[in-house]
Amino acid sequence: MSIKGFHIVFIVFSTLLALGIGCYCVWIDLTVGEPVYRTGAIVSFVCAVGLIIYGVLFYRKMKRLRLIT
Amino acid sequence: MEIPYTVSARRDTGLWNAKIGIWLFLASEVMLFGGLFSAYIFLRLDAGPGEWPHGLLNVPVGTMNTAILIASSVTVVLAWAALKMRDLTRYKIYMTLTILCGVTFLVVKLSYEWPQKFEHFGAFIKEDALGKYEQYLGNRHLLEKGLAPRKEITGHLHNKEALNDPNIKEYEIALDPVNADPTNPAMDRPHFWPLPATDKIATIEKEDVQYANMFLPKHSAYFASYFTITGLHGAHVLGGVLVFCYMMVPASFRLYRHNPEHLANRVEVAGLFWHFVDLVWIFVFPLFYLL
Repeated sequence: MSIKGFHIVFIVFSTLLALGIGCYCVWIDLTVGEPVYRTGAIVSFVCAVGLIIYGVLFYRKMKRLRLIT
Repeated sequence: MEIPYTVSARRDTGLWNAKIGIWLFLASEVMLFGGLFSAYIFLRLDAGPGEWPHGLLNVPVGTMNTAILIASSVTVVLAWAALKMRDLTRYKIYMTLTILCGVTFLVVKLSYEWPQKFEHFGAFIKEDALGKYEQYLGNRHLLEKGLAPRKEITGHLHNKEALNDPNIKEYEIALDPVNADPTNPAMDRPHFWPLPATDKIATIEKEDVQYANMFLPKHSAYFASYFTITGLHGAHVLGGVLVFCYMMVPASFRLYRHNPEHLANRVEVAGLFWHFVDLVWIFVFPLFYLL
């Protein structure tokens, strides 16, 4: 596997981590109820969406530049 | 003498040599970290209720370090892509950013996170003395809520000489909020933002203590695992940063002028290693900081 493929795998795991942290923050917010956890959940989910968009753009750009064949 | 297969692929493997080498190396690294992670998980599963430390790490700082490493993986790929497009100026910018990310991660780890632990103290109370320190442990309150009991009192040790002097019969601790106000429902779960030690001082008799120490590897299996895995990971980050620094010295730029594809392949191999190191952190962070 090349660095391009490994980078996409890495972005997938990073996205899963961001989603996991978001769910963790929601869970803590429901049990403790501090606003900081709600903020953490929103930031985490936004980061997850950002990583997904980045991953798609990265794949398309590598393909366009013929660095992914 | 020219080293073969640094750019062109071998006919039998279909790959250039360094790529096979790095994947074999990464396979051995998976076994190394896999063994350590397995040890951590089994130690944790074996711990009794209330015996496994929880919520002692700084989550915001850990999150920031995670973001730094993810960003560094992006910049290293961009550095490689810049080389493939023969844009040396962009390569230098992205590689410098990658090095800065790695250095920032290490500085935060070694100058803030670890020293913060070395200044902290914890005392595990004997089973038959738990009632005596109920005001600091709040176990009746936890029992009512169906939560695991507390057995450890933590904070900043005022009389550090008590650790080594057998003539001193008690520890004086500036309590952490969780022990200063143990029945406060807000203390039932770990805090996202770490709270500073309070002014409330507790005196704990040594004869009531099963085990006490600063937050060092010998404090508990948790901290032994934490320092081993984060230390080994930090050593890998340092190794990666050193390799990236080598990619920025004049010898590498001479190689670029002579054979740019060869330098691009070197950066790709180093980038694969860097991605692996960052992937390890993606597992370290939730395992130690959140769960």
